[in-house]
Amino acid sequence: PRSALSPSPGDTSVLAGLYGPAEVKGSKELPDRAALEVLLRPKVGLPGVVERSREQLLRQTCEAVVLGALHPRTAITLVLQVLSDAGSLLSCCLNAACMGLLDAGLPLSSLFCGVTCALDPDGAIVLDPTTQQEQEARAILTFAIDSAERKVLMTTTKGSCSVEEMQQCLAAAQRAADTIFQFYRDSVRRKYSKS
Amino acid sequence: GRLLCGPGLRRSGTGLLVTKCGLLRHRQAGGAAPASGAYWVDSQQKRYVPVKGDHVIGIVTAKAGDVFKLDVGGSEQASLSYLAFEGATKRNRPNVQVGDLVYGQFLVANKDMEPEMVCIDSHGRSSGMGIIGQDGFLFKVSLGLIRKLLAPKCEIIQELSQLYPFELVLGMNGRIWVKAKTVQQTLIIVNILEACEYMTAEQRRQVLAKFSGN
Repeated sequence: PRSALSPSPGDTSVLAGLYGPAEVKGSKELPDRAALEVLLRPKVGLPGVVERSREQLLRQTCEAVVLGALHPRTAITLVLQVLSDAGSLLSCCLNAACMGLLDAGLPLSSLFCGVTCALDPDGAIVLDPTTQQEQEARAILTFAIDSAERKVLMTTTKGSCSVEEMQQCLAAAQRAADTIFQFYRDSVRRKYSKS
Repeated sequence: GRLLCGPGLRRSGTGLLVTKCGLLRHRQAGGAAPASGAYWVDSQQKRYVPVKGDHVIGIVTAKAGDVFKLDVGGSEQASLSYLAFEGATKRNRPNVQVGDLVYGQFLVANKDMEPEMVCIDSHGRSSGMGIIGQDGFLFKVSLGLIRKLLAPKCEIIQELSQLYPFELVLGMNGRIWVKAKTVQQTLIIVNILEACEYMTAEQRRQVLAKFSGN
């Protein structure tokens, strides 16, 4: 693999391996850009429908930032292996995917990070909830936020909440994104300081 | 003055977009005008993307009529014509077999076309390029280490040459070919070069001192 990383908020950790730009099998070839594929492997069992839907979300987020036009007729494969799950799995996968793209040296137009918000029955916002908090929550919202202007790249919601609550969660997530981007910066700085 | 955008930077609209993470470098052009020269991002990567003019080591994978197909570590195989060797004519073909190592440069390398290699420079001379001889050892390192080794007056190469005499071919695609007098010496040099990426200069000198003592 060209890069393998595992960032972990709390006890959730995901290992990301990125392969590419590599040769692509005939039918998957795209004439004007790179074909991005994401594979999410759960800790136990075979990948099911949940993994497939998460793969699509991750793929669409990555396609928004990767400059695929620079590598037409190639394949970029991102493999994510869940090592442990203690809540906020999707945002951990998003963070792992972004760091994988960064480490492999693929051309990106901006970085992104994932933040999960849980709305508990009282209406309080909990960032990066644990599995326990996720089960008790009324709604769980995951945002993928880009680094250039803190815009939203992807949103997924489980449960129901009002529009104002969603706006509040979004504002909290955008603030939390700063910490995550600082973490990226520190990790990369450590890597480059060794050479 | 004119500003040159190197690897890792792209023009977008009126401004510049940074596309890779790494150390930003600047080289001043001769005229010393404040906004001239070249800027680029030094990023660490293992995957090679063919660039025109790069000298690389390729492995011959197939012979298709008049053209050899080479694996250069990119997303596509490069093509090399049998006439692109010094002194090659239709009657005097070069002796290239599948599995041979070839050192050449890219004549054509862009995102839209299949890369093409030649083992001849613009004057028709081979200048060190061509089929790499028998024996020796080929291994892969990261692209950043190759750039470090190719810098003028590289300390690593000077120190290693004091240890044992050896032949070295560096390909910009991350491939290095080494040949020393015995297999053991070759393997020692290979291991030192691979470890150089993560060692500081002091640790390297300690390792070399240990070997030159034996």
